[in-house]
Amino acid sequence: MKSLTKAYRPISWPTKGAGGDTGSWRTHRPVVDTQICNKCQICWVYCPEAVIDRQEITIDYRYCKGCGVCAVECPTGAISMEMEE
Amino acid sequence: MKTAQVIMDTGAHAAALAVKSARVDVVPGYPITPQTSIMEALAAMVENGELHARFIPVEGEHSSMAAAVAASAAGARVFTATSANGLLYMHEVLHMASGGRLPVVMCNVNRGIFAPWTLWADHQDSMAQRDTGWIQYHCSSNQEVFNTILQAFRVAEQINIPVMVNFDGFAISHCLMPLTLPSQEDIDRFLPPYEPEWRLDPAHPSSFSNVTNAPEYAPFRQMLSDDIMASIPLVKQAAQEYKDITGMWDGDTIDTYRLEDAEVVAFAINSMGAELRLSIDILRQQGIKAGLLRPRLYLPFPAEDIITALPQNAQVMVLDRNYNFGHPGGILASELKSVLFGRRNDITVKNRVMGIGGIDLTRQFMAAEIRAMMDE
Amino acid sequence: MATSIKKLPDIEQVLSGNGACGGCPATMGLRIVGKALGSNAIMLLTPSCSVASMGMTPRLGYNWPCINITFASAGSSASGITHALEVMQEKGRLHGELPTVFAWVGDGGTYDIGFQALSGAAERNDNIIFFCYNNEAYSNTGVQRSGATPRGSFTTTTPTGKRQPKKNMALLMLEHNIPYVATATVAYPGDLYDKVVKAKNIPGMKYIEIQAPCYLGWQFDMPETVQMSRMAVRSGAWLLWEAENGKISFNNPSSLIISGKKDAAPVDEYLMKQGRFNRLLKGPDAESRIAEIQGDIDREIAFIRERAKITI
Ligand SMILES: Cc1ncc(C[n+]2csc(CCOP(=O)(O)OP(=O)(O)O)c2C)c(N)n1
Ligand code: SF4
Ligand code: SF4
Ligand code: SF4
Ligand SMILES: [Mg+2]
Repeated sequence: MKSLTKAYRPISWPTKGAGGDTGSWRTHRPVVDTQICNKCQICWVYCPEAVIDRQEITIDYRYCKGCGVCAVECPTGAISMEMEE
Repeated sequence: MKTAQVIMDTGAHAAALAVKSARVDVVPGYPITPQTSIMEALAAMVENGELHARFIPVEGEHSSMAAAVAASAAGARVFTATSANGLLYMHEVLHMASGGRLPVVMCNVNRGIFAPWTLWADHQDSMAQRDTGWIQYHCSSNQEVFNTILQAFRVAEQINIPVMVNFDGFAISHCLMPLTLPSQEDIDRFLPPYEPEWRLDPAHPSSFSNVTNAPEYAPFRQMLSDDIMASIPLVKQAAQEYKDITGMWDGDTIDTYRLEDAEVVAFAINSMGAELRLSIDILRQQGIKAGLLRPRLYLPFPAEDIITALPQNAQVMVLDRNYNFGHPGGILASELKSVLFGRRNDITVKNRVMGIGGIDLTRQFMAAEIRAMMDE
Repeated sequence: MATSIKKLPDIEQVLSGNGACGGCPATMGLRIVGKALGSNAIMLLTPSCSVASMGMTPRLGYNWPCINITFASAGSSASGITHALEVMQEKGRLHGELPTVFAWVGDGGTYDIGFQALSGAAERNDNIIFFCYNNEAYSNTGVQRSGATPRGSFTTTTPTGKRQPKKNMALLMLEHNIPYVATATVAYPGDLYDKVVKAKNIPGMKYIEIQAPCYLGWQFDMPETVQMSRMAVRSGAWLLWEAENGKISFNNPSSLIISGKKDAAPVDEYLMKQGRFNRLLKGPDAESRIAEIQGDIDREIAFIRERAKITI
């Protein structure tokens, strides 16, 4: 006998969205101007959420929390923070 | 049964030999009297290659239990030992072991607790861990210490609940008694290698004990409570199979002596159980129909076996080596009364606290106490 | 030169949509650590923001096997795991390259309640990497002072600003004679990455402390996490260095400050950006208290400059 039920020990498994759809936390949305962007990947490296695609410089808005770090760090000013509706 | 070997040995060293024959992987340890000699013996066995394990000389008992639970979560068979304030210092991590369902086995060599300091035995240390979710055995001889450690690993790993094997400081830990060592082959037959069904494994990443919401938390706690109760048949099975393989028997959940026709029953745990057999003989010589009921398993409290074993209309004399602060008397008496209430109204329970801080409990003294209690 | 951004690996061990605040420096740092460690690692966590961030049972926002342990226990529990893995491999129960065992612990779990267990693990030179992400307070319980809170900082338990300087934890770890000690901060991801890669390949105890400016505790604007980290280094309030077998070397830009090639920026500007120093800056004795803070920084620089000259 190992246990009365299978889940008798408090175990968790890796998944995106462990904190929910965190995109709903956003008040402002980062928008990349692809005309200005030079694909330096600085936004990618600092994004705490790992929601920026480093090649395409596109953002996964399902989880982007809208922290604005990417916009502040972008050397070309390609990212603007736009108010969410 | 393969040829066994008989030696003279102390309880502490018997414990170390049992741990060695259980083929443990990791032993974190920290010195405290009277447990120290277990750690010293294991450290030496690891050093000289007799035991293929890691001894981790941690910097305190909180850390020794913390290292133990983590090593267990990594998939290792783990043992540690402590006494008194060392056990108290571990308290927080004891809960992690049980809540996390990690089958650590630990010896607690019973010793009275600070303040003031004492080096000598009583049971306040392990009783203070009553509600940590550990299974607790109490042993009455060096041989029983050896046998129980092996049984403890089996039970712990079957049901994923940590087990504490208690025995009195000095009276057991430091006294030489004959010790029968079963062959390693027999022990391996009794205790298979530990194969955890979950462990910390990068090939299958999963996380242990994240924060839980109440609807998830409560069922985990309920399962722990249920599974502790469900360990009783496993304890019995382990004792029986150990007997089948080695021929040795210390009782399963309880141990009894001249109990069948007893009118007066001594009820006590740990080393008192051995000496009380002699007290029972003295009382019998005096014409008193005395007997002994010694819970070998203190937690889970073997209620059904006690209820079944007690003769009709017996007077039960509970000899507690601990205080139940806030109540008169000791903790064992309270436990027993709560079990008998409404089930065995024929039984009378009387209680005395004795042997605190190592006061010697001789057969004559305990026989006299029991006589005096009869007149109360 | 530190590894350039474009050369950092793709692997993401911190999964999107975890429970951390936006702009969280702990998560930012852990993400870079993940790129350096890869997936063959086991993570230990003590109660902290990173536990609150990791998701609730049964969901996990980090892609490693993780174990939550008691607050005081990161050092000793990490020892337990590393010894277990090593002996199980010796006994033939584990095969292949052993995982890296690492603790990911806040400053409270490092400087204060976990100090004893960490010190023990370091003295035993057990094979682990101990990361302290230092947000200079107990953030998870609502920003109380810790041994890492700098002088002058407001927390809920230092309502008029902390009166004592912080401990120098990294130097304390250095004096445990362990093979590797490093400091880092989130503004310099290449530097952090290189240090973790180096640590991963050194047997024994490694200590890496990552300064982690937390907008909530420090009271600055959320998008400025990296800015604050950079300002800390430029003012000398945080120094980037590493020590292999006791020999200290400094990393850019701290090396310029230490060598005197570049002056540290005055600390005022860095303090001014943070609400946690507000009361102090507005108080009647502001000047003397800023001088005290500057004094702490100057002393640390002088001390480590001299310590670095000991190379035996
Ligand atoms: C033994 C114990 N004491 C206190 C706590 C409460 N507690 C939980 S997290 C925390 C603060 C953690 O601070 P730190 O290690 O700096 O991590 P941070 O929250 O800043 O990320 C405290 C005090 C606890 N969980 N266990
Ligand atoms: S930081 Fe700015 S320029 Fe660089 S990749 Fe991101 S958006 Fe493009
Ligand atoms: S706003 Fe924050 S979370 Fe969203 S992409 Fe930018 S850095 Fe990442
Ligand atoms: S309080 Fe600070 S350290 Fe904690 S999760 Fe939020 S940003 Fe991160
Ligand atoms: Mg902190």
